[in-house]
Amino acid sequence: MRFLSQVMVITAKDLRAEMRTKEAINASFAFALVILLILSFAFDPTEETTREISGGLLWIVFTFAGTLVLNRSFARELPNDCLDALIAAPVPGAALFLGKALANFVLILAVEFVALPVFGIFYNVRWTRQFWPLMLVLVLGTWGLTSIGTIFSALTVNIRLREVMLPLLVYPVMIPMLLGAMRLSALLVAGQPVTGDDTVWFKLLFGFDIIYTALSLVLMETVLLG
Amino acid sequence: MSDAAVDCAGVWKFYGDYPALRDISFEVRPGACLALIGRNGAGKTTLLRILAGFSKPGKGQAHIFGQEPRNAEARRRIGFIGHGIAVYDELSAIENLRLFAKLYRLPNAESAAREWLERTGLDRVRDGLVREFSRGMRQRLAVARAFLHGPSVLLLDEPFTALDDRAVAVLQTVLRDALAAGRTVIMSTHQLREALELATHVALINRGRIAFHGERTDEMLSDPGWIYARYGES
Repeated sequence: MRFLSQVMVITAKDLRAEMRTKEAINASFAFALVILLILSFAFDPTEETTREISGGLLWIVFTFAGTLVLNRSFARELPNDCLDALIAAPVPGAALFLGKALANFVLILAVEFVALPVFGIFYNVRWTRQFWPLMLVLVLGTWGLTSIGTIFSALTVNIRLREVMLPLLVYPVMIPMLLGAMRLSALLVAGQPVTGDDTVWFKLLFGFDIIYTALSLVLMETVLLG
Repeated sequence: MSDAAVDCAGVWKFYGDYPALRDISFEVRPGACLALIGRNGAGKTTLLRILAGFSKPGKGQAHIFGQEPRNAEARRRIGFIGHGIAVYDELSAIENLRLFAKLYRLPNAESAAREWLERTGLDRVRDGLVREFSRGMRQRLAVARAFLHGPSVLLLDEPFTALDDRAVAVLQTVLRDALAAGRTVIMSTHQLREALELATHVALINRGRIAFHGERTDEMLSDPGWIYARYGES
């Protein structure tokens, strides 16, 4: 119970700080919308093309836009040496990870919930036909992105080129999750149910999230203190 | 087991091949105030960061009341003021203190936060965002943040540097109160006069080694430069 309350305190602090400055969320929203707009000019959005590219397109946008949020996660602690105060407090590394990951998760999901309808308009797609399964993919994929991104954000926080290093480190690790999320999103946006062999991608997303969340919970303290 | 509040035994710290700390050993009894002095780069900050649990020694051990500094119980007993104020610019003064009171699991976070805002003279601006504060106000808030949870051991890294008169007065008052209440203080400083007025003990660090460690004497108080002249590098 105490663990959860510390997690919620950290999540609330990050969300409150972000809502006051809107640094990450505004950049992320703008980036997602611009990419969707540019790609809508690059491709001829016929129904067949859209069906083929929707999964990849959506997750490229979500991943790039999400990285902007993740980059700020621990960088926010650098001014005034706030990270020292967090490390000095009797807060387990796991609680710190979960608190920050939950805040990032909420912010990235918010960007995705704005980007999805925009995608539907720009590409003339009725993406709501498999609404709840698509939401499940979004939640699982976003948690995968968030858990890896948060731990790597902590790892790169003291690196001068962290804005470059974070994507370089995170994207290769995310490939299995991205494969699953892209495949499932493509099916669901096209209105097709996930059946047969394709259900294995759901299992992959669940497994990926569990493994990387567990690893991050265990490694956070080591990552912060070396 | 030692009943010292803080003890260091054979602590070394390396940055690459360079030994920033060399075989540091000392004890600080509960209720004592140790002024850690030395030139820039002598290793004072490195030592304080090891005691605060931010960094691990390369060799040797440091303990706070017999526990590793990273132990949760030890962390609850440490208050730290470093070079940064360690409060969030985007939050108000009361939100910052409430945040840390909750992280330290204080039974009544709200009243603790309000009490320290009052003690540091910030109660009238409690809802103001820290980014709108003057430098002196920010420093007083940093003092409130460090003392908020009633730490038994206070680790202060150059606490008097760049403080305005009011912040110096606030800090001296809360440090005197803390020492009177039996708390232990270790502070690194270049402001010898302010520090020696409070200190019961003095340690001089030269290039990562302790060159002198002992009780503060009247001689040091009357001539703060004396210790450098006697034990410092030529």
